[in-house]
Amino acid sequence: MLDADFFRRWLSAAAAAVNREADHLTELDSAIGDADHGSNLQRGFAAVTAVLEKEAPQTPGAVLTLAGRQLISTVGGASGPLYGTLLRRTGKALGDAAEVTPGQLAEALRAGVAAVAQLGGAKAGDKTMLDALEPAVEALGESTASFAAAREAAEQGALATVPLQARKGRASYLGERSIGHQDPGATSSALLVATLAEVAS
Amino acid sequence: MRMLINVPETVVADALRGMAAAHPELAVDVENRVIVRRDAPVARKVGLVSGGGSGHEPLHGGFVGPGMLDAACPGEVFTSPVPDQMARAAAAVDSGEGVLFIVKNYTGDVLNFDMAAELAEDEGVRLAKVLVNDDVAVTDSLYTAGRRGTGATLFVEKIAGAAAEEGAPLERVEAIARQVNESARSFGVALSACSTPAKGSPTFDLPSGELELGIGIHGEPGRERRAMMTSREIADFAVNAVLEDLAPSGPVLALVNGMGATPLLELYGFNAEVQRVLAERGVAVARTLVGNYVTSLDMAGCSVTLCEVDEELLRLWDAPVQTAGLRWGR
Repeated sequence: MLDADFFRRWLSAAAAAVNREADHLTELDSAIGDADHGSNLQRGFAAVTAVLEKEAPQTPGAVLTLAGRQLISTVGGASGPLYGTLLRRTGKALGDAAEVTPGQLAEALRAGVAAVAQLGGAKAGDKTMLDALEPAVEALGESTASFAAAREAAEQGALATVPLQARKGRASYLGERSIGHQDPGATSSALLVATLAEVAS
Repeated sequence: MRMLINVPETVVADALRGMAAAHPELAVDVENRVIVRRDAPVARKVGLVSGGGSGHEPLHGGFVGPGMLDAACPGEVFTSPVPDQMARAAAAVDSGEGVLFIVKNYTGDVLNFDMAAELAEDEGVRLAKVLVNDDVAVTDSLYTAGRRGTGATLFVEKIAGAAAEEGAPLERVEAIARQVNESARSFGVALSACSTPAKGSPTFDLPSGELELGIGIHGEPGRERRAMMTSREIADFAVNAVLEDLAPSGPVLALVNGMGATPLLELYGFNAEVQRVLAERGVAVARTLVGNYVTSLDMAGCSVTLCEVDEELLRLWDAPVQTAGLRWGR
């Protein structure tokens, strides 16, 4: 079973991973975007860590909802609303249970990812974070102990964005010139899934 | 890195503190990142709020004041502001007549302003939104996030701002803003990439002797790279690109906009070529504005925006404006 503490540890590990990878994310973003994805997420996750320490929500749903709201209020750009919505809607889907099963988390994440797709008007193959998140959620949903499979699926999904032409977000303005670069959003999504697998193992 | 900054993390806050010191007629909330004209909310006046990433100065903070915006929300460099900023701005400028959000068409701006609209409406503010999407370099909007908002933003903010200052109701101000956007098209070129404070080096590699055609305003490469052209050739290319999409039957407003690192000497020279092409194409120019208005940090290059105007839009363009970045008639 996964409790509020598990989700706090996940987000804290995610913040550390974003810190570690910020330069890499920004580098990917400078190729097809505007070179700020790493620093934007760094700012947002630092704020998430701070608010979770201050308010200490007691249920998994409350942890994720608060974290999502904090991302929306601090990140800006497209990644603020999109990642904020992912966490917020996942948290809402978990309700106010004190503990959740991995299967329940998989279902809730599915709802969160669907909300991201709706908000951004994107679908898999558009070279966005969905290219990592959708396969991860599929893998997670297939069996109860599949965090490692989700991690693998997200990483493969992020790698698979390299040959794609971007159709959403700022990279879409490059047209064919966006081909050959890994999507920074899919990369940061894979990072979040990887830290989830780390904390679960 | 050759930048006049302390550390990248405080660039926006530092600039806001300096702006506050230079412009006592503005109320600058550095912590919450909202720039408001000091006399807001102005009674019986629709409030105009815009915003977007920093790095485009004087857009948008430099256009706050009588005759233009009531408030601006600067985000991080090239990153849209967060919904809390716009909601706060809307509350600060709403006199009860409603608020118009002027939003440039970028995914981040659209999403954050949409969320802000929900927050402000929950607080009882009557809201309208206009999306600026004038960039003709984005040709296949079916496969992109749609045309970007660039130079026309200045025309929308100035003309809708004048209408609001005259006391036009929200529906009318919104309709005028839409008309301006629909009548305006832009095309931009870069002669160098810009450097964001966070990265500290050029965002893309543009060898000297080459230029990017069809850029936006975020230091992103354009749609095509070519060998360097003369001012005359660039003007032909840019104006013709605009006129492929806009067939003005009446006079136009022309904006020759510098991207930040191109001197006025070059911009005026370029404007001479722009005016020549327009004359050759039989387009009458009612007013021309030359300068750095919608910039992209230290990017060298320029953009051309044309906006077809009728008598009403021209009158509103000529109406007095008093902001840090644009000022005439009073």
